[in-house]
Amino acid sequence: MSHATFNEMYAADGGVRSHYREFESWLSRQSDDLMRLKRAEADLVFRRVGITFAVYGESAGTERLIPFDVIPRIIPADEWRRLEAGLRQRVKTLNLFLHDIYHEAEIVRAGRIPAEAVFGNAQYRPQMKGIDVPGGIYAHVAGIDIVRADGGDYFVLEDNLRVPSGVSYMLEDRRMMMRLFPDLFACNRVAPVEHYPDLLLENLRSVAPLGVDDPTVVLQTPGMYNSAYFEHAFLAQQMGIELVEGQDLFVQDNGVYMRTTRGPKRVDVIYRRIDDDFLDPKVFRKDSALGVSGLLDVYRAGRVTLANAIGTGVADDKSIYPFVPDMIAFYLGEKPLLANVPTYKCRNREELEFTLEHLPQLVVKEVHNAGGYGMLIGPSATREELDDFGRRLRGNPNNYIAQPTLALSTCPTYVDSGVAPRHIDLRPFVLSGGEVTMVPGGLTRVALREGSLVVNSSQGGGTKDTWVLGR
Amino acid sequence: MLSRTADHLFWMARYIERAENTARMLDVNVTTSLLPMSREAAERGWRAMLGISELQPAFDARFGKLTPRDVLDFMVRDPGNQSSIYCCLQAARENARAVRGTLTTEVWETHNDTWLQLQPHLKNGLLERDPHEFFEWVKFRSHLSRGVTIGTTLKDEAYYFIRLGTFLERSDNTARILDTKFHGVGPQPSALPPVEDSTEEPYLDFYYWAAVLRSVSAFEIYRKVYRDVITPSRVAELLMLRGDMPRSLLASMNEVCSTLDQIRNDQSDETSRRAGLLRAGLQYGRIDDILDTGLHPFLTAFLKRVNDLGQRISQDFLVPPAVRLNLAKGSSSRAGAV
Repeated sequence: MSHATFNEMYAADGGVRSHYREFESWLSRQSDDLMRLKRAEADLVFRRVGITFAVYGESAGTERLIPFDVIPRIIPADEWRRLEAGLRQRVKTLNLFLHDIYHEAEIVRAGRIPAEAVFGNAQYRPQMKGIDVPGGIYAHVAGIDIVRADGGDYFVLEDNLRVPSGVSYMLEDRRMMMRLFPDLFACNRVAPVEHYPDLLLENLRSVAPLGVDDPTVVLQTPGMYNSAYFEHAFLAQQMGIELVEGQDLFVQDNGVYMRTTRGPKRVDVIYRRIDDDFLDPKVFRKDSALGVSGLLDVYRAGRVTLANAIGTGVADDKSIYPFVPDMIAFYLGEKPLLANVPTYKCRNREELEFTLEHLPQLVVKEVHNAGGYGMLIGPSATREELDDFGRRLRGNPNNYIAQPTLALSTCPTYVDSGVAPRHIDLRPFVLSGGEVTMVPGGLTRVALREGSLVVNSSQGGGTKDTWVLGR
Repeated sequence: MLSRTADHLFWMARYIERAENTARMLDVNVTTSLLPMSREAAERGWRAMLGISELQPAFDARFGKLTPRDVLDFMVRDPGNQSSIYCCLQAARENARAVRGTLTTEVWETHNDTWLQLQPHLKNGLLERDPHEFFEWVKFRSHLSRGVTIGTTLKDEAYYFIRLGTFLERSDNTARILDTKFHGVGPQPSALPPVEDSTEEPYLDFYYWAAVLRSVSAFEIYRKVYRDVITPSRVAELLMLRGDMPRSLLASMNEVCSTLDQIRNDQSDETSRRAGLLRAGLQYGRIDDILDTGLHPFLTAFLKRVNDLGQRISQDFLVPPAVRLNLAKGSSSRAGAV
């Protein structure tokens, strides 16, 4: 990659950045053999503990390890403070936006966002119009994907407001690092993250329906063959709440109940890890075997809370993303603390033409897709792929946005040939309820293939422990 | 506790117990088949292995001709045979995985590790090289999972559903092991026309009953309790009616009854009553009376009642009403939730 790529550990002159100094000197004292052993140990433990994910498109029940790299991604305290302020501002805004578009839609009336982009969006749920959710919170758990470009500046690449996952890897990676290298934590003051499940539970309890003093919170999973099942089971266990499937729940007398060995038990808050489409076969997909028939009626009556709320997808859609900085100004009257990646909306004629002309330099994304599926990475695409994508773009320009290929920052990473720089991103998890909370850091994903910019675990990405250093 | 969670815990325990007992049976048969005996007698032994697990039709459909190698493979490593050790350990692990959040980390990791270790054991030829060692490993993993459960689990509903699964399965399996004789192994009952001249292999009777004892780790216990020669009626008494013999029918039913007591709910009284009745028959029964009416009819009736208990437990605690209808059809006595 170009010289401009920002390396998290080494400055342009080759010197070690100050927040990596302790770690780098520790690493230089470790023998190759020891590090090899430690990496093998990590693999073995992850497999025995069963920290695996399923890969879609492979036969059901295929479990894979998500590769774990032992070199941490380190963020200095002052950088994190700035990030945290920007994340709070952004998530607060996104919640205000969601409340607005399901009520008066003032931002549309003010002409700041085209009506079609909101109401014509497949993720907009008319069923939510006029519904008041507790505290006006829609995105109780948000995963904001952040990347770092050439100069070391942070950019928000994507908001994830539906059912963001990965937080269990953040927690397990930390546990693994502390197990493998306890001495590292003695000489580095790493901000703890282990209290995330506590924060999450507190957050979920804070948004219980009005009048419920001691709410029963459950986590709803699509089941053990879902790619994130490990995380669902892990979080439910850590919070001490029931892990339920749709078949365990039923609606009766305008309430949601779960089937227990001692009869029905009322449920107040559902931390659901299934998509809107599958929640209630009466309203959404009729063929959903994962959902609960009649759930939406109870929800609309305010007798159960869903976290996240229904219809948050419209706010994290890539077609809405370019408007977020505007939203911050509109709702808070503030300047965005975290910048967006410059984005070309192919729905606009000029921006489409620009995109088509510069296709080999751009990343083009389908607006409704997630997980690195359905995107074109210009610089690494073949002539045929470019032509093919160009045709698809012209055919349905509203469906695409384009962004410059960012030289994502790199971090030294163990690969077959030794230690080499690999591109990384960062997903902090922001909790909104009575207040906005988060643990320092987040999940760092790393693209393990040389030169690759795709960090998704479904496409060969790995993870690293993320340290926010205290002073 | 969620009914579905209880269901997974119950079946997790049943499957690991079933794997253990299958290993016990096969181990003993491998050992006895080393004795000098006629080809027919040896074949009867292997056939009995299939018979007591109700697997003869499935085996015949697959293989036709019976060879010891095929029976062993079928019952140990065949992914197409729901009752193979392979499938049981997989089902135990899948059930554990479905409720891993309810299990202690140690219990989950034990089941997961058992499954992970099984693959190399089957690949590297341990079963062919040293079947006894392989069966010991299966038994050990089952002991371990039970021990880890007792040693780390809060004594709440989860614990009791695991225990219930263990002992209901054990009562079933011990009864089946005792009934092997009916399925053709060992000397035939004199009332039936002898299949061959029994004077030819007079020692077989002793070895047969000794093997039955060994299969449930009761050989040494027998010597300790009776301090006398091995007779069929004493073996039957030990494995059925002695409450202090850990794998006996009475000991298993004692556990089933006390566990049912711990988890009782509004609809489970009838199930408790039937379990109590079944236990009373063992507690106050006399071996001579049982043998007079016949061991096989008694065990057949016992298995039927154990199966009835299993279904009632499902209805009372485990399967949500909506799914009950679907499961009701086509469930044989050896079916289970996977």
